Amino acid sequence: MSQEVNLQEQVGAMTTHEVHHDEHHGHHHKETFITKYVFSQDHKMIAKQFLITGMIWAIIGGLFSVLFRLQLGFPNESFPILEEILGKWAAGGKIQPEFYYALTTMHGTVLVFFVLTAGLSGTFANFLIPLQLGARDMASPFMNMLSYWFFFLASIVMVSSLFVQTGPASGGWTVYPPLSALGDASEGSKIGMDLWLIAMALFVVSSLLGGLNYISTILNMRTKGMSMTRMPLTIWALFFTAVLGVLSFPVLLSGFILLLFDRHAGTSFYLSDIFLASTQKALPNEGGSAILYQHLFWFLGHPEVYIIILPTMGLVSDVMSANSRKPIFGYMAMVGSMFAIAVLAFLVWAHHMFVTGLNPFLGAFFVLLTLLIAVPSAIKVFNWITTLWRGNLRFTPGMLFSIGFVSLFISGGLTGIFLGNSTLDIHLHDTYFVIAHFHIVMGVSAFFGMFAGIYHWFPKMYGRYLNNTLAYIHFWITLVGAYLIFWPMHYQGLAGVPRRYLDFSGWESFNQFDGLNRFLSIVTIMVFAVQLLFVFNFIYSIFKGRRVTSQNPWGATTLEWTTPINPGHGNWEGEIPEVHRWAYDYGKDGRDFVPQTEAISPNESPESKH
Amino acid sequence: MRAEAMEQRKRIHPNKFTMWVAIASITMMFAGLTSAYIVKRSQPSWTSFEMPVIFWYSTVVMLASSVTIYLSLKAFRERERNKYRQLITVTAVLGVLFVVLQYLGFKEIWASGISFSGAGGGQFLYIIAGLHGLHVVGGVIALIVLFFKAFSTRFRNYNPVPVEVMSTYWHFVDLLWLYLMVFFMLLQ
Repeated sequence: MSQEVNLQEQVGAMTTHEVHHDEHHGHHHKETFITKYVFSQDHKMIAKQFLITGMIWAIIGGLFSVLFRLQLGFPNESFPILEEILGKWAAGGKIQPEFYYALTTMHGTVLVFFVLTAGLSGTFANFLIPLQLGARDMASPFMNMLSYWFFFLASIVMVSSLFVQTGPASGGWTVYPPLSALGDASEGSKIGMDLWLIAMALFVVSSLLGGLNYISTILNMRTKGMSMTRMPLTIWALFFTAVLGVLSFPVLLSGFILLLFDRHAGTSFYLSDIFLASTQKALPNEGGSAILYQHLFWFLGHPEVYIIILPTMGLVSDVMSANSRKPIFGYMAMVGSMFAIAVLAFLVWAHHMFVTGLNPFLGAFFVLLTLLIAVPSAIKVFNWITTLWRGNLRFTPGMLFSIGFVSLFISGGLTGIFLGNSTLDIHLHDTYFVIAHFHIVMGVSAFFGMFAGIYHWFPKMYGRYLNNTLAYIHFWITLVGAYLIFWPMHYQGLAGVPRRYLDFSGWESFNQFDGLNRFLSIVTIMVFAVQLLFVFNFIYSIFKGRRVTSQNPWGATTLEWTTPINPGHGNWEGEIPEVHRWAYDYGKDGRDFVPQTEAISPNESPESKH
Repeated sequence: MRAEAMEQRKRIHPNKFTMWVAIASITMMFAGLTSAYIVKRSQPSWTSFEMPVIFWYSTVVMLASSVTIYLSLKAFRERERNKYRQLITVTAVLGVLFVVLQYLGFKEIWASGISFSGAGGGQFLYIIAGLHGLHVVGGVIALIVLFFKAFSTRFRNYNPVPVEVMSTYWHFVDLLWLYLMVFFMLLQ
């Protein structure tokens, strides 16, 4: 496939824009085990570190959901093995209530922050930004390394909170006060909550260090000819993601600082005059406002869901275009709609607070702005479908996951229109409808986008392919399983089944779902098992996978496929290639694809992108 | 294509740009805190505080340090190494002095009976001005690093970028304090 391009020769004579790290290119640079694999400053190695740490977290977070699904599906059974492993948290082989809340809280925290923020952005921003832009590394490789190690530290602190005697934080992943501000309120509000806050503060530092780097790399380190409108959509998506993170995480941090003062210094930012049953005492605090915390939290919390979904939108666009052998439909509309999503992301946070005591008149504005997000989202979906339309589709695993992503994004997005209405929210809030909505639209679909990225770029990361058969099994069972789990939850939610409840068997009105709950739990276990199969495929293929033999196995146009099969630190052996065209010249003038590095020939038909 | 290549050479240095983005990020943190202040202020049981006179002195110190870092950058560019060393030393000392004055100011407010209990202007001030102070301390540490680099006999460095980044940050914490000062005065 790569016979048309021999890039080293093409670019040999050109002057390039090399700002940094000229000393690193080639394989002459001696590296020890420590500098190569542990304290690496190579963006590709840091990306792999993020990916593998993220995968470990995903297994832990997924396992938590299996455990609480066991309780929800089989509330009357006992599993003695759980007591063996978990001790008092599963006394008598049953998940204890305190532990159940800890499980749901940590499942949310781990998957939202540690997997789908750090694991996703950390992996693909680090890996693809320099490779697709034609840079030798990030603007500051050192800060990039720090970003990973702060994430690692955050991970250590968060893991350690699982092993303290009173257990990890258990007030829900949003850690609303007063539950999170009062150590006496529950077991999980004690030291576990402090460790949670410390871990999250470290996480914020990590994500800011990363985000600063991504932004300044994208804006300053593009190779010659790589104008902003020639960047692949992945880079645009990662750019908007980084901007969202850099502007919203500090606000979360300020919310956490106030929370820490309420917990330990006796201030009343969030705490008001509460009588605590567990200690039989009234709090000395006065006049605090829990809503204030919610504003600060959701000012990050809402952009956070776009921090999760935007990178996958970019990845999917690129994987889809390459495997449809067609230019992405509506490139500028894609960029514009991502920009619109990024702006709107900051203006809709209060839709998480419609029923928490927010002024209902204020709610009306947030309804309007929330529903506006449907417009750019629909533009993107339309463009993905029109990219597929009459393409020469190659159903590689990456492509299948991309198509799955679009399917899930539509299904989950539609229920967002229900939930964006403050009046419907009176009925739907805190029910399984909400669970179903956000799991499909940002949980599972983000995972699909991430899988698409992993399957597509694995050959670039490790110089080997993932096993296709296992990949197809992984795809079909995950797709069908995801729908089987989350689709019925909408009906449960409409029937009023509340989220975060331990046991529904005592509720006459919800008993009708006992069979369904069992079914959902069984499917959850199966889907989880298939993810382990993916992990096996991943690890096995790193060492034993089929070797990549050509530089550009997917016949893609972008710059990362012009590097050697196993690029060293510095990415390109010779000079950095120059870019002459946008990233989507597929099927142009009767040619399968034209790489970005090929100069525009005089006979070529004009560019049709904008 | 030529014009584009020229454009790239004119581009701002990545480290300087990173500092600007970091400044935007820090600004958001203080925007979050000061808007929390405004929201909380309109609610019952808000308590006010007396702005200590000492904060005026610290403001003057901060402004003076901005001038000295400006002059030190100028000296560095003109390769007047001794003058540069003296001026960053003065800047670092002024930075430390600022933090000390802030601490004395806090003590004065604390002595007037405003402790951590409650959530009025005083408690917000401790946290917001305290966080600002931490940012100044971070700047002082960076200044100390620059100071030792300037005395290093092994390297003779004429690259102005680190000094420029430093001075941008210093002017930012200065401006941030001016904003906070005005904010606290108007919305006690």
